[in-house]
Amino acid sequence: MRKAALCLCLLLGAAPVRAEMPAPRAAELEHMVIQDCGSCHGLTMKGGLGSPLTRDVLDGAPPEALASIILDGVPGTAMPPWRPLLTEAEALWIAQYLLTMEPAR
Amino acid sequence: MKRLLAATAMALLPLTALSDTAIRATGDLGLVIERASGSLVLVDRSDRAALARIEGLGDLSHASMTYSPDERFAYVFARDGGLSKVDLLAGEVVARTVQAGNSIGGAISDDGRLVAVSNYTPGGVRVFDADTLELVADVPMAGKTIGLADLPGRRFAWAVWDTGEVFIGDFSGAEPAITSLGVAGANPFDAVVTEDASTYLVGLFGEKGVVAIDLWADPPVTTKFLKDYGKVEDDMPVYKMPHLQGWAFSEGQFVLPAVGRHELLWVDRATLQETGRTPVHGQPVFIIAQPASPYVWVNYATPLNGVVQVVDSRTHDVVKTLEPGRAMLHMEFAPRGAEVWMSSRDDNKVLIYDTRTFEKLAEIDATAPSGIFFTARAHQPGL
Ligand code: HEC
Repeated sequence: MRKAALCLCLLLGAAPVRAEMPAPRAAELEHMVIQDCGSCHGLTMKGGLGSPLTRDVLDGAPPEALASIILDGVPGTAMPPWRPLLTEAEALWIAQYLLTMEPAR
Repeated sequence: MKRLLAATAMALLPLTALSDTAIRATGDLGLVIERASGSLVLVDRSDRAALARIEGLGDLSHASMTYSPDERFAYVFARDGGLSKVDLLAGEVVARTVQAGNSIGGAISDDGRLVAVSNYTPGGVRVFDADTLELVADVPMAGKTIGLADLPGRRFAWAVWDTGEVFIGDFSGAEPAITSLGVAGANPFDAVVTEDASTYLVGLFGEKGVVAIDLWADPPVTTKFLKDYGKVEDDMPVYKMPHLQGWAFSEGQFVLPAVGRHELLWVDRATLQETGRTPVHGQPVFIIAQPASPYVWVNYATPLNGVVQVVDSRTHDVVKTLEPGRAMLHMEFAPRGAEVWMSSRDDNKVLIYDTRTFEKLAEIDATAPSGIFFTARAHQPGL
């Protein structure tokens, strides 16, 4: 949890136009990424039924594009739309989280 | 036992002493997967207690396991391709191999000699010696393999997510003999074999329908059913893939999770005709028959995963709705059905309920628990 907070700070520090998220919601979102996205993408995001979502793999992807995949899913695949459960700001926060997440050992 | 004590960094857990000299049976033991920490909790079903924690099993998201015929060893299949052999008496990992990059599950042969693992990357099935975990056979496939199940005669069945093809591998001879049963349909997400090994049922994600393959027919005969249980366009998002292991076969029926719908589908086993639907709380994930009863228990995909429902297979009615805890991921019954153990991932507990009174009998601490596996599975074909 502390690591995530740190990432977020770095993120905010590095570029001012980042999705801001109150700490409790950020913690919930992080939990969701690891557990719920993890059920298809792997707890360490190295992939499963869903493609790998590690920082290396996503390298360079615009966060807005990832956020829109997260919100609307990929039709015709198992990637579901998360719009019913997430706001646009939350999806953007998750995209940025994935783009900056420390790789698991 | 010193080793066991050391492995047990569980300050809050009562620790039943297993001494080196004590004679101990394994018939009422089980393992609970702690998905986030790559560890297992060894539990005693009769004492409703945790005995030890076993660590170092890798990424256990979507992990599963199967037991040796003597109920002493568990073979644990980890997401990161790790295959570990765990000794329940010693409470430790006794053999381990990282056999692929990404795997999804496994099975043990009917004679207990071979352990097969179903892999995503590289896609295929690998077969190992159950004693040593040495590679015995490698069967590459054109995609992610799912639904691996044991069949009598040292055989396994599986399907390929990407191509929809179903295979049977016979590992009884010097060389494996792999037979294709053709394409079942678009994106099979899981498959299961009935307890009498007569039918391999394959659930489809990419199209509506379920495929039944009659394995007693020679050659096997494939029938697609439930072909239109609703339009794909009206479907709700599926936030977690349903599982078919533990598919309930009750009252001459199959009970299946509708994909993309908050429903159970009931199908007559003999005719494969739909006999009813039950509207339920969410997208069903597991539908598991309570042994020695007409009931099935159902849990659901996120975000509706705080509820577990009990459905009567005679009337197809929901007879009980429980809210045992947050993120209920799995249910495992005592072999004769008296109690059910359920994991609450977000409450970090395994909850034990009486199946007649629905009263909570006990709870056991576990960190983000998912699958619960009792050793009685050792004697059930398909598990
Ligand atoms: C039910 C399974 C499932 C779940 C749960 C799931 N995904 Fe996916 N996801 C997929 C699949 C399958 C793909 C690949 C789609 C394709 O073939 O293009 C994918 C693709 C993606 C992509 C695009 C990756 C790329 O390289 O283009 C992103 C981003 C993504 N998912 C994020 C998420 C996030 C964030 C969550 C949790 C909020 C999540 N996914 C939950 C199945 C899932």
